[in-house]
Amino acid sequence: MKTKLPIAIAFLSGLAMIAVFILNPEKVGDMEGELLQWTTVIGGFTLLLGVVSIVRVNWRPVVRRETGWLNNAALLLSVAVMAIPSVLPVSWSPLFGTDGGSIYDWFFINLSAPMMATMFAMLAFYVASAAFRAFRARNAEATLLLLTATIVMLWRVPVGEGIFVAIHPKLPNLINTYVMGGVNVAVQRGIIIGAALGAAATSLRIMLGIERTYMGKT
Amino acid sequence: MEILGLWLAGFFTLSLFSFLYKDNPFYGLAEHVFAGLSAGYEVGLVYHSVILQQLVDPISQHWVNAAAGDHPGFHIMKIGFLLFAGALGMLMFTRFFPKASWISRYPLAFVMGNTAGIYLMSELHGRLIPQIAGTFVNLLNPLNLIIFFGVLTTLTYFYFSKEHTGVLGGSARVGIWFIMIAFGAHFGYTVMGRISLLIGQVQFILIDWLKLVKPG
Repeated sequence: MKTKLPIAIAFLSGLAMIAVFILNPEKVGDMEGELLQWTTVIGGFTLLLGVVSIVRVNWRPVVRRETGWLNNAALLLSVAVMAIPSVLPVSWSPLFGTDGGSIYDWFFINLSAPMMATMFAMLAFYVASAAFRAFRARNAEATLLLLTATIVMLWRVPVGEGIFVAIHPKLPNLINTYVMGGVNVAVQRGIIIGAALGAAATSLRIMLGIERTYMGKT
Repeated sequence: MEILGLWLAGFFTLSLFSFLYKDNPFYGLAEHVFAGLSAGYEVGLVYHSVILQQLVDPISQHWVNAAAGDHPGFHIMKIGFLLFAGALGMLMFTRFFPKASWISRYPLAFVMGNTAGIYLMSELHGRLIPQIAGTFVNLLNPLNLIIFFGVLTTLTYFYFSKEHTGVLGGSARVGIWFIMIAFGAHFGYTVMGRISLLIGQVQFILIDWLKLVKPG
């Protein structure tokens, strides 16, 4: 009941999708759409589970006035100001819902988006710092990586492109064709082929109940 | 409201950047606010695009159709399916009750199995075969030849079932060169992407917020 039934459910739901793929769509009707809709609905509830969980985790320190509880309170307040107006009907006020001009939209444009951009921009410093420590031309492979990274970074800025054009007018085009469109594509393709085989094998393991870590402790 | 938004955005941008010096209370606050806003964003997104669009609206529509006498059996069955999906989703919340948390395995198993079924076919049919087919094209073209050898040598580098000696070893060695060039190119691209974001945020602070620099 606790282990075998979930494995049977995983097998049957997987088999249904394979059947939909193989069989004539006229024979199975809109089973694919139906099952995908179920998955979307469950996925939505799972995301809400995460939100409830983060609220629970941060509620406790606020109630107990633990160290740093003000930060936890700020998190709870942020969840509330974004979530509550978004679920209220627009018919009550144009500030509700998620459309342009709503409270949800205001917080997204003025806070979420700039903070997200800042978080990613900060990675530039960490990438540079990591590169400074790791990028030593110790051997042929590391030198290749270092050289290619330098060439691509230079190529992507006007001054670098100017230098390449000064060396040879066709050089930027050659980098684009043979480095980005040649070697890069080849390696990406190799990785994609490996990943596709891995994903297919893992899918089969899940369907057959060999891979069951998603169930937690069994 | 516009000025308030500008100042809040500026304050939190600087607070996040302050972590580059060291961890501090401003960063802690900004980090928590960012996490909270992201969670709140998810609520709005899920409520509108899943709960309403995938569940409540279709149920209402089927209910109206059934009440109008248009194939009522079909519409009632559809309502039953949707309610069942909603019930499966609700079962995820049993995770909060340790004694009943195992029940959440049912919806999870459904999603995992369903996704596995989709992936099994789509990865093989939609990715593997087209990628292989795209590799075996006119090999007289130098670019196609580079791609062909690149794919072959990259795959041999990741083939660990046999020791990398002889021809396999040579191929794997060429493979690592290809991989290093590609990773270098990727690294360069990623750095430039992050730098452009950084420039954008610095421009926001200096031009939009503090108005220290006039836009060029």
